[in-house]
Amino acid sequence: MLEVKNIREDFPIFTERADNFVYLDSSATTLKPQTVIDAVADYYSKYSANVHRSIYSIGEKATAEYEGSRKKVADLINADYHSVIFTRGTTESINLVAYAWARKNLKPGDEILLTEMEHHSNIIPWQICSQETGAVLKHIPFDENGELELSQHEKLFTDKTKLVAIIHQSNVFGTINPVKDIIEMAKGVGAVTLIDAAQSVPHQKVDVQDLDCDFLAFSGHKMLGPTGVGVLYGKPEILEEMPPFMGGGEMIRTVSLNESTWNEIPWKFEAGTPNIAQAIGLGSAIDYINEIGLDKIHEHEQDILTYALEKMQKIPEVNIYGSADERGAVVSFNLDNIHPHDLSQLLDNDDIAIRAGHHCAQPIMKKLGVSATGRASFYLYNSKEDVDRLCESLVKTVKFMGS
Amino acid sequence: MDDLKDLYQQMILDHNQNPQNFREMENATSKAEGHNPLCGDELTLFLHVENEMITDVSFLGSGCAISKASASIMTTLIKDKTISEAETLFEQFHSIITTGKSNGDMGKLAVLAGVYKFPSRVKCAVLSWHTMNNALHGNTNLTTTE
Repeated sequence: MLEVKNIREDFPIFTERADNFVYLDSSATTLKPQTVIDAVADYYSKYSANVHRSIYSIGEKATAEYEGSRKKVADLINADYHSVIFTRGTTESINLVAYAWARKNLKPGDEILLTEMEHHSNIIPWQICSQETGAVLKHIPFDENGELELSQHEKLFTDKTKLVAIIHQSNVFGTINPVKDIIEMAKGVGAVTLIDAAQSVPHQKVDVQDLDCDFLAFSGHKMLGPTGVGVLYGKPEILEEMPPFMGGGEMIRTVSLNESTWNEIPWKFEAGTPNIAQAIGLGSAIDYINEIGLDKIHEHEQDILTYALEKMQKIPEVNIYGSADERGAVVSFNLDNIHPHDLSQLLDNDDIAIRAGHHCAQPIMKKLGVSATGRASFYLYNSKEDVDRLCESLVKTVKFMGS
Repeated sequence: MDDLKDLYQQMILDHNQNPQNFREMENATSKAEGHNPLCGDELTLFLHVENEMITDVSFLGSGCAISKASASIMTTLIKDKTISEAETLFEQFHSIITTGKSNGDMGKLAVLAGVYKFPSRVKCAVLSWHTMNNALHGNTNLTTTE
């Protein structure tokens, strides 16, 4: 187990709120360590120049830090430096592929294969894309454990399948999907693959070369970094072939009044002044994670998850959704006859923050037959005491609501 | 904790556990649907109106304690009232929920005053009332709190 007490000292919110503040909503966004906050503030207070164009020392420094962050991201996911594009977040990363790759490559009758457990960010871009290109959406179903049903894969992966876009770790069930097998199946039919890794990159080692995916998307703010920065990884040979996503400064090589040529990758996809401070903050978050060690973080979370599942299951009114063998530290649940919004409100009164809602995954809620669930998700700053506090408050809530 | 007790007053907890007029109405003269997209609350409201008088009112749906209790309390208040009296109650409700203040004439409605301090929960309390108001005025389009 990690020394949570020491880790919590790195996160000023625990001093700001209370030492015993229990934050169980890291799947939505994580807390930020002081080092990340300082990295962002340092850029603004010490060298807030634009990147790639300023011929003076603080401009050089800004460019070096911004591009240095790109290198840190590339190393984290074992990618080539030129294959890492900074975006605003996972949503923009997926939209970039939907606009720049899919509209050029998909035609009527082609199939886009998703799963039934996608986040809205990996549903809506494809619905819009399907309306515009005539491509058809197909879905890999999930079973009562919250695991993908791949037994019928021959029917789903066909020569019509052109794109397979799947969530790596479910933000509702915590299920870690067998993406390597799925990528293999996709390659078997010649489909391009996109992995929504928003919930996996912060919590486990993700290696794009080992996975051999074509695209991979994730967000900075779910891994201790600032909001407003995310990453799209793309295989260089595919990125080279793609038209730009947005037009503007930075993404061009030469511009005349009527036509222009594009910058090389990845800058071809970064139009306008980028989110410099946020990207630098993300680099600092990666430093922080590396210092502790992703393997240790993963192990720590797994310990807490096992403890939480055991302890929560002992409360008779608790119903847990999802029981996959391979899962991250995310527990979705409901209390008998208590709406999760009431639950969340009452837990807040004990200074415990959980998520209550549909988790941007309405199709999952519909299949589960619920309008919403509560969700507790854990990260490196959580401890078993947090689980104890949660369980005490759950019991208290049941009593308070009189169900 | 005091704010929380204001929000979840005993009457609200009781109505949540035993909602009044929680049933379908076969002979409704108007019916309207309400939806709160943020939390997924859904509500169907049934009215039976004869000669400007609300002779029966009922609802079905799923939602949090605040939303269910607000709907239940509303049905007990507007039953056997004229349309114009129901409109007055709607205005009083609106005033309570947006100012947190009630006066002596507002009766049961006053238990909803505590919601005012929880902006994220105001929508829960409002859904049934807006749906009722739409049903009264023949607007059967889906009511949403967005």
